[in-house]
Amino acid sequence: MKIQLILPELFQLFLVAVLFVQSIVSRDGAGPLKKWLPWASGLSVVVSLVCLGQNGLLFHQTYQIDPMSQFFKMTVSLGFFLTVINGVGQPLLKEEKRCDYFLFMALSAWGLMLLCSAVELISIYLALELASFSLFPLVPLRTKSLPAAEAAIKYIFIGGVATTVGLFGFSYILAVQHTTDLNQLVHMSWSGSPMAVLGLTLFLSGLLFKLAFFPFHFWAPDVYEGSGNETAAYIATLPKVGAVAVLLRFSPLLKPGLEITTILAVLAAVSMTYGNLAALVQKDLKRILGYSAIAHAGYLMVGVVAGNPMGATATAFYVFAYVLMNFACFWVICREAKSGENLKLEDLRGLSKRAPGLALVLAIGAVALVGLPPTAGFMGKFFLLSAAWNRGCNWLVVIAAANVAIGLFYYLNLVRYAYGGETAEASRKMVATEGMTSGLGLSGGLLLAGLIILFGILPDFVLKMLMF
Amino acid sequence: MLEAHFPILTCLILLPLLGCLGVLFLKSPLTVRCWALGVSLAEMLTGLFLLQFKMGTSDFQFIESAQWVSAWGVQYFLGVDGISVFMVALTLLMFPFCIICSWTSILTRVKEFYICLFILISALIGVFSALDLFLFYLFWEAVLIPTYLLISLWGGRERDLAALKFILYTLAGSALLLVAVIAFRMEGGSFSIPNLTAHAYPVQFQRWMFLIMALAFAVKVPLFPFHTWLPAAYEQAPVAGSILLSAVMAKMGAYGFLRLGLPLAPEAAQFFAPLMIGMSVCSILYGGFLAFAQSNLKKIIAYSSLGHMGFIILGIFLFNLNGAQGALIQMVNHGITTGALFAVAGILHRRSQSYEISGNLGLGRYVPALMGLWGFFAFAGFAFPGTNNFVGEFLILAGAFEKNLWLGAVAIPGALLAAAYMLRPTQKMAWGEPSTATKWRDMSVREWGCVLPMAFLVLYLGLAPTFCLKVMNPSLKHLLEAFGPRTAVTLSMDNHFSANLTIENGLNNNSERGGGQ
Repeated sequence: MKIQLILPELFQLFLVAVLFVQSIVSRDGAGPLKKWLPWASGLSVVVSLVCLGQNGLLFHQTYQIDPMSQFFKMTVSLGFFLTVINGVGQPLLKEEKRCDYFLFMALSAWGLMLLCSAVELISIYLALELASFSLFPLVPLRTKSLPAAEAAIKYIFIGGVATTVGLFGFSYILAVQHTTDLNQLVHMSWSGSPMAVLGLTLFLSGLLFKLAFFPFHFWAPDVYEGSGNETAAYIATLPKVGAVAVLLRFSPLLKPGLEITTILAVLAAVSMTYGNLAALVQKDLKRILGYSAIAHAGYLMVGVVAGNPMGATATAFYVFAYVLMNFACFWVICREAKSGENLKLEDLRGLSKRAPGLALVLAIGAVALVGLPPTAGFMGKFFLLSAAWNRGCNWLVVIAAANVAIGLFYYLNLVRYAYGGETAEASRKMVATEGMTSGLGLSGGLLLAGLIILFGILPDFVLKMLMF
Repeated sequence: MLEAHFPILTCLILLPLLGCLGVLFLKSPLTVRCWALGVSLAEMLTGLFLLQFKMGTSDFQFIESAQWVSAWGVQYFLGVDGISVFMVALTLLMFPFCIICSWTSILTRVKEFYICLFILISALIGVFSALDLFLFYLFWEAVLIPTYLLISLWGGRERDLAALKFILYTLAGSALLLVAVIAFRMEGGSFSIPNLTAHAYPVQFQRWMFLIMALAFAVKVPLFPFHTWLPAAYEQAPVAGSILLSAVMAKMGAYGFLRLGLPLAPEAAQFFAPLMIGMSVCSILYGGFLAFAQSNLKKIIAYSSLGHMGFIILGIFLFNLNGAQGALIQMVNHGITTGALFAVAGILHRRSQSYEISGNLGLGRYVPALMGLWGFFAFAGFAFPGTNNFVGEFLILAGAFEKNLWLGAVAIPGALLAAAYMLRPTQKMAWGEPSTATKWRDMSVREWGCVLPMAFLVLYLGLAPTFCLKVMNPSLKHLLEAFGPRTAVTLSMDNHFSANLTIENGLNNNSERGGGQ
C-alpha cells in the first residue's frame, strides 16, 4: 500500500488527534490554537494538492482513490482551511470551547474526506454519520443564543430522520441486490426490482439531506440563521462536497429515461426554482444564502442526472467553484458582523465606503453565484448545462438557464445594498467601525475573489486537476 | 489568411483592461481623466490598423484563434468581416467621445467610473469580434454588470430603479441564450460561428432556437413589446452611459440578428419574418408617437431611438440587399447621431441643470453655436437629406417598397413622425419665451472638440456613403445568398410537407432577387 494514496486523510486524522490532545490538556485552549491551526490546515491543503491524481483501491475494495476523489479531498481540505482562518477568532464562541469546536470540525472534515473515497454502502454510511454527527454539536455553540439551540435541534432531528431513512433504504438494496459494493451496484439491472429502486431512493435521500436538496431542504435556512456565522459558512459548503462526491459515484446508474433519473431531474428543477423564489423575499443575509444553497443543490444535480463523465466533471468543477464563491460571501458577513450577530440586508448599507475591499469581494461572490462572466460560477453553469444537453432532460437545462434570471435579483440586492446610498445610521456605524477591517481579513477575501475570477478565465486549471 | 499578423483585435480588447490597472495607481481626478483620454486615443490609434481591411471579400479577417477550454471545445476565436468591422469601429469611435462627454459631469468615484467604462468598452469590442459562439455569449453577458454599475452609481435621481429594470430585463432575455449556445454546439459539433453557419439544422430546431435568440436580441435592441426598460435606463444613465446604451449596446441586438439569427436559422428567420417585421413597424410608429408626447430631451431621444432601431430591424428582415445595406449603415448612423444628441443634451444639462424642454428655452439668441449643433443633429435625427440617416432610412424604405408596397407605405409615417418629434422641441428650444439661457456661455473648446468629429461624420456618411457600402456589400451579399442554397439542402432531406413549404420559400427568394435586379 502506497502511503501517498491516503496521505490527505492521514494528515487530517493527525490534526484531529492533536486537537483532541490539546482539548484535554489545556484549560484555556484558544491561545496556542490561533498560532498553529491555520498553518497546519494550510499544510493540509498542500498535502492534498500533492496527492492529486492518485489511483488505487484499498481496504478490500471498499475504498477507491481516483483523480475525482482526490480532487474532492483537496476541496474539503481547502474548505477546512478557509473555515479555520475565517473562524479561528470568532466572537460568539467561548474561549474554553474553542478547541473542542475545531476538534469536531476537523473530525467532520475527516468524515467528508472518507466519504469522497468510500465505494461501499456501509463505509459510505459510516463516513456520512461521522461527518454529520460531529457537525451537530457545533450548531448550538453560539453563546447565549436561543435560536442556535433551536437550529441545533432541527438539524439533529431532520438529520437523524434522513440518515435513518437512508439506512432503511440500504437494507432494501442489500436484500434485493445482495451486495453493498457500489462498483457492482451501478452496473446491475435495477429495472426488474421496484423494491431495490425504492431502497436506492431512500438511501439517496440521506445524501440529499446533506445537499439541502428539495424536499429535504427545510433545515437549511433555519440552521444557517441560527448557527454562528462561521459555523454556517462551514455547513453551507463542505457537506455538499461530500454529498456530491457520493452522488457522482451513483451517476453511471442514472441513464436517461430511467424513473430515478426523471425523479431527480424533476426535484432538481423544483429545488432550484423554489430556492430562488423563496430567497427573493428574505432580509437576513444568511437566510438568503440558505435558500440560495437550495437552488444551487438543484444546479449541482443537473450534472449528476446527466449521468456522463462530462456531467461528473462539470459537477465537480461547480462544487469547487461553489465552495469558493459561498465562502467569499460568508467571509464578508463574518468580517462585517463584528460581534458575531446576524446581518440584515440593511446592515450592508454603505459597505463600499466603510470597507471598499470587502464590498468588492461581496460583489464578486454575488456575481459568481448568479453565474455571470468572468467568474468561475459562470463557467461552472455553462459546463453543467452543456453536459446535460441531449441527455433526455433538455427541459431541465432550460429551467436551469431561466433560473439564472430569477436568482439575479436577490444576489444583486447584496451588491445594491453594499454599494447603495448611505443612511444617517450607516454613516454613524461607519465612524464606529472605521479602520476595523484588518489587512489580513481583507487579503483572505481578496484571495477568494481572485481565485473566483482566475478559475472563471482559466477553468482549465481545475479541469486538469480533475482529469490528470 | 494564414500569415502571422499583429493580433489587433486582442489588443483592442486588452488595452482598456490594462487601462483599468493604470487607473488604480492614479490619485487625482484630473490625472485619471487625462489617463482615460490617453487610453481611449491609444485604442483608436490601434484601431487604425483595421484600415488594412481587405475589401471585396466576405471572409473573416484579422483572425486569431487559440484553444481555451480544450475539454469543452471552447476556443478563443476572433475575427471581423464587413459587418462587424463597422460595429468595432463604432465602439472605438464612441470611446474617447464618452470620456470627453463625461469630463465635467462625473464628479464622484471618478476612478471607478472609468474602470467601468473601460471594462464595458472591452466587452463590447469582444462581442463584435467574437467568432466563437461561447465567447460571444461570454462577452454578451459581461456587458451587463458594468452597464448596471454605470447607471446605478452615476445615474440620475431614480437610477436605482432604472438600473434594476435594465439588468433584470436584459438578463431575463438573454438567460436562455446560453441554452441556444449549447444546443448549437451539440447539433453543429463546434462553437465556431463560421463552422456552425455552414450547417443546415432541422426546421423545428431552428424555430425554437430562433425564438430564444430573438428574445435575447429583441430585448437588447429593444423592439416594441420588450422596450419598457429603455426610457428609464436612457433617461437615468449618466451621459456616457446613455451614449453607449443607445449608440453601441442597442446595436448588439441588431448585430446578433445579422451574425447569428439569420445565418444559423435561416428558415426560421423566414418563418418568423412577418412577426419581426410587425414588431419593428410597431416600434417605429409607437416610438414615434411616444417621442412626440415627451417633454424631457433624453426621453425624446430615447423613444426616437426606439423608432430608429425599429427601422434597422425592419431592414434586416426584408431579406434584400437594399434593406440589409440600409440596416447596417443605419446602425452606424444611429450610433453617431444619437450619441451626438445625447452629448449635446448633456452639454445643455450642464448649463441648465435640466433635461426638460422648459428648462432650455430660447437658446437661439444667446448660445447660437450650441443651438445650431442641436438643430443640426436633430435634422440628422429625422433623416434630412444630406445627413447620414437619410441614406440609411432611404435604403431601408426602398427595400421595404421592393418587398411589398404596403409595408413601405406603413413605414413612411414613421419617418414623418420623426420630423415632427424632433422639430417640436427644436423650435421651442430655439425661440421659446422666456429664454432661460441669458447668462450661459456658448460652447467651450472641449465641447467643440467632442462634437465636431461627429458633425463631420454625419455629413461625410450622408454625402459619400459609397465607401461604407463597398466594405459591407460582400459580407451582406454572402449573408443573403446563404438563404437560397441552404434551403435547398434541407429540401432534399425533409419530408413531403415541409418540402412544399421550402419550395415556396425558395420561390419567394428567387422572386425577391429578381425584383432586386
